Amino acid sequence: MLRVDKLSTFYGNIQALRDVTIRARRGQITTIIGANGAGKTTLLRTVSGLNKARHGLVIYEDRDITNMQPSRIVHAGISQVPQGRQVFGEMTVGENLALGAYVRRFRERGEIEDDRRMVYELFPVLEERASQVAGTLSGGEQQMLAVGRALMSHPRLLLLDEPSMGLAPKVIQSIFRTLLALHEQGLTILLVEQDAKIALETADYGYVMRTGKVALEGEAGELLENEEVKRIYLG
Amino acid sequence: MVGRDADNRILVGGAAAAFCVLIVATLVVKGSTGLQWIMSGMTVGSIYALIAMGFSVIYSSTHVINFAQGEFSMLGGVLMFSLVTRGHLPTWLGFIIAVLIVTAIGAGLERVAIRPMRNHSVISVIIVTIGLAIALRATAKWIWGTDPVRVTAFSSGTRVKILGAYLPPQSFWVFGFAAVAVVLVFLFFNRTLLGKGMRAAAMNPDAASLVGVSSSTSSLVAWTIAAALGSAAGIVIAPIILPSFSSGAMLGLKGFSAAVVGGLGSAPGAVVGGLVLGVLETITAGVLPTGYKDAIAFLLLILVLLVRPQGLLGRAEDVKV
Repeated sequence: MLRVDKLSTFYGNIQALRDVTIRARRGQITTIIGANGAGKTTLLRTVSGLNKARHGLVIYEDRDITNMQPSRIVHAGISQVPQGRQVFGEMTVGENLALGAYVRRFRERGEIEDDRRMVYELFPVLEERASQVAGTLSGGEQQMLAVGRALMSHPRLLLLDEPSMGLAPKVIQSIFRTLLALHEQGLTILLVEQDAKIALETADYGYVMRTGKVALEGEAGELLENEEVKRIYLG
Repeated sequence: MVGRDADNRILVGGAAAAFCVLIVATLVVKGSTGLQWIMSGMTVGSIYALIAMGFSVIYSSTHVINFAQGEFSMLGGVLMFSLVTRGHLPTWLGFIIAVLIVTAIGAGLERVAIRPMRNHSVISVIIVTIGLAIALRATAKWIWGTDPVRVTAFSSGTRVKILGAYLPPQSFWVFGFAAVAVVLVFLFFNRTLLGKGMRAAAMNPDAASLVGVSSSTSSLVAWTIAAALGSAAGIVIAPIILPSFSSGAMLGLKGFSAAVVGGLGSAPGAVVGGLVLGVLETITAGVLPTGYKDAIAFLLLILVLLVRPQGLLGRAEDVKV
């Protein structure tokens, strides 16, 4: 569904991605693990158009989306939950969700309401807090809102950047249970995560990134058993 | 942190108190003449407020200071002269046509001059807006000449007497239009998804891009709104100020000062900044030789930049983690 081919991205003269090649297969959860600064976030940001690639290709559903405007990429059906949640803090939960459906504002009124229902079913706390200002939510609730907002564009591919960051283990468990539920419904997920254990336990397939390159890849179950992965990332 | 917040509150509170004392003192010492100054100050202040909102809308979407903002007001005024005073169109029709023409010019300039600069630094874009201002001024000079034009007031009739102060009927048109414009801008940014998207982009550009808010669309809409606000301001004030090809520069600088005083990017700040500046100006013009009047805007600007650079109602840039 998503094919990233020999992608290289730079910040000024510093190369953050070196010929990165990955696949995200339809209906699967694919995860990218690795230490801080390995290039995981840059990879997601380049796929979603926030960063520009210097070389390489991003192919989505047989369409070249390399370096397209982020808004066009959302239109194409890819939605990203950014690192650190990035909810619109001064707006209400309801407004944040409404903005999630921004690209569909001229059509699909009814479907937008259906999706809002679906998000409220996944995260009932968001419905309770619908008129509360997003900046006052707890970290976990903000993460739920960030996922909910991303779902409101009705994506076929969901990109998640470190959804566990700064959250209590219990909250992390519940977020990942939701990801599995979305996976059951057929959503394709590309998950960047520093918490290798929970990521590999949730995913079907995994990549390990190191210094801007893919160091290792394989079925998630195999990676969990891999000695190197165990030593460095699961320790 | 708490200490700094408290300091800031004392600063803004102190400024508000000083301003109130000045108003009361003016009323007590000068009586109805003082009221006259304050009312005239609010008239011109409403105009500064609308121009300041134009600056703020473009600034919060693109971080660009549009130095051609005053030129939109100038164009509104001189177009009104051609359409209504010379062309004998009804005032309301002239108003609509003039606003539409200037708004179209604003949107067109964004597409041909600003959008191609999107990969350049903000400072380069600001320099482009200075170029646009000069070009608009030169075009207006070529079409309307160098003499100021006299634009017919919206309604005939003599001055209205309120508590001993006299106000031209045009002042009420100014207040009315300013109020309607402020409400429309508020509704746009708080009730429509397009407006909310633009606010979201000002708060968090990356997250807004990820929900599909396009910076190119935001920039176009911001310029359209700024041109509409600027032209409406220039049109309603035209019968009071005698517009000419060069009147945009001063209006623009006053509007810019008002925007900075209130807090660039803050709509309520623009209104407060505009009214405060307008009133201070007319009081100064009353007690000091008239020539000092125009210096007030710059004194206020420098003072605010030194003491509270984010403006009265603005917020210091949040540090993003």
